[in-house]
Amino acid sequence: MIELKQLSKQFRKTPVLNDINLAVADGERIALIGSNGAGKTTLIRCLLGEYVHDGTVLIQGLDPRVERAHVLREIGFVPQLPPPLRMSVGELLRFTSELTATPEGQMTTIADRLGLDMARVRSTPFSKLSGGQKQKVLIALALGRQCSLLILDEPAANLDPEARHAFFDLLAEQTTDRPITLLISSHRLDEVAPLVNRVVEMDMGRIVLDDRVADSVSLDGKLAVRIVLSRAEPAIAKALGQWGLVADDASIVWAGQIASPDRLRFIGMLSRYIGVVKSASIEES
Amino acid sequence: MFNNLKHSLKPALRLEMTESLRARWFMLYALVFGGIVALLFAFGLTESRILGFIGLSRLLVTYIQLVMAILPVFVLISTVRSIAGDREAGVFEYLLSLPVSLAGWFWGKFIGRYLMVFAPVFVAMLGAALWALVADIEVPWTMFLYYTGLLASLSLCFLGIAMLISVLARSTDIAQGMAFLVWLFLLLFLDLILLGVLIQEQVPSEIAIAIALFNPLQTFRTAALMLFDPQLIVLGPAAFVLFDLFGTLGYKVFALVYPTTIGLVCAFLAYRSFRRGDLL
Repeated sequence: MIELKQLSKQFRKTPVLNDINLAVADGERIALIGSNGAGKTTLIRCLLGEYVHDGTVLIQGLDPRVERAHVLREIGFVPQLPPPLRMSVGELLRFTSELTATPEGQMTTIADRLGLDMARVRSTPFSKLSGGQKQKVLIALALGRQCSLLILDEPAANLDPEARHAFFDLLAEQTTDRPITLLISSHRLDEVAPLVNRVVEMDMGRIVLDDRVADSVSLDGKLAVRIVLSRAEPAIAKALGQWGLVADDASIVWAGQIASPDRLRFIGMLSRYIGVVKSASIEES
Repeated sequence: MFNNLKHSLKPALRLEMTESLRARWFMLYALVFGGIVALLFAFGLTESRILGFIGLSRLLVTYIQLVMAILPVFVLISTVRSIAGDREAGVFEYLLSLPVSLAGWFWGKFIGRYLMVFAPVFVAMLGAALWALVADIEVPWTMFLYYTGLLASLSLCFLGIAMLISVLARSTDIAQGMAFLVWLFLLLFLDLILLGVLIQEQVPSEIAIAIALFNPLQTFRTAALMLFDPQLIVLGPAAFVLFDLFGTLGYKVFALVYPTTIGLVCAFLAYRSFRRGDLL
């Protein structure tokens, strides 16, 4: 699917990518991790044909710089920071639909599943949406197309737990039906670890780690969660409520389900209130 | 390739127009030109009789002088600001990740913006003409049509220059600075300022006139003058050189073709640089 050979890129005299060699097979799910300035975004932009570079970038055997429209038809991209587009959501939907030859309904259906009522926001300028709404629109535009490569830059960062759950379900559906290759960029491995089966770490423009991980976490799985608190506490009650957990009358025992790939994120949240957690159980449902 | 261009041009053109319609620069721009015409009417310019000009001719002459002062700097600054700004803010990163051909994207953006730049200037002038018809004031249609051509040509010229600056400059600040310098440079070479100094300093008149001819602002200005001063008396002896070189009709054609050529050449250079370099 992706083949990078001796890929290098420099801005003026500063090298940003340094002799990158990477081969990605169809259907692989890759976490591209690394700190700020590691070269993740530059690598993604080379894949999208947005930068000239030294070396070779091939996607399904084609150069994205030369066969631009053909290659990009196969790529769905969700940027980390939503662009400040002044056009309305409806106009963006139409623009994407025309260029990708995808019916608008397909993308609207995905947005609905993420909890965004497209009909309600259709005439709203994209830049006026909240961070979460923008992210949902961009995910809907990427997943609503029949892509064979999804490039996602911190895709779930602005989503609430419910929308993240729906997002994981959608990814699971898409990767089950056909071998979609995923490239998920993130600063932190724990954010994306459950979504991937291979980790590529970058530092100073080089690949410093390329490892495969056990593919045991299903994207659409659910975990039954039961939390017992030592006392009722408004702050943790609010956080658990946002995760969709329901409390007993005394707000002491909380139970519910979370998305399987969200387990690390959930434990991270729980650790902030560990002083009032009496017991916690997380089991696969 | 042409299929890709055809497929991408229309969405990119429409996108540029809808983005512009929502942008503050466009509202201000439209307001300025609409406001100028409204003010000229309000101040009774169509009823005045100054230097022999009456009715709509007087209004058009004044309007075209004001446009020459405002349009170039407005087109330059607003275009480089919005294009370089969009690139910096990540708009290009996202939209160019969609399967749009670079030719379709660039020329769609160029044509879309050209329509948005030209429309308010033309609509304001057309509005004046229609109002004159309603008010039973004679409309000088030949002058109206030629001015329309001059405005179209001037808009294209400065839009092309602005696109080239936007592609070459890597940041909004640099792009704005360059745009301002270009405008200032052309302004300095208007006959009123630097050409006056050149002539005073005994520079050969051919050089002074050549500089004037190469300056699209001056070309526009001279052609606009020609409509109400066919002998170009206000230019003095320089007028003889112009008439010897071009003739009246020839100069009128030159004033339309030359700025258009500059705009198109700059736009093609901008496209070539855009296609060959980093898109962001």
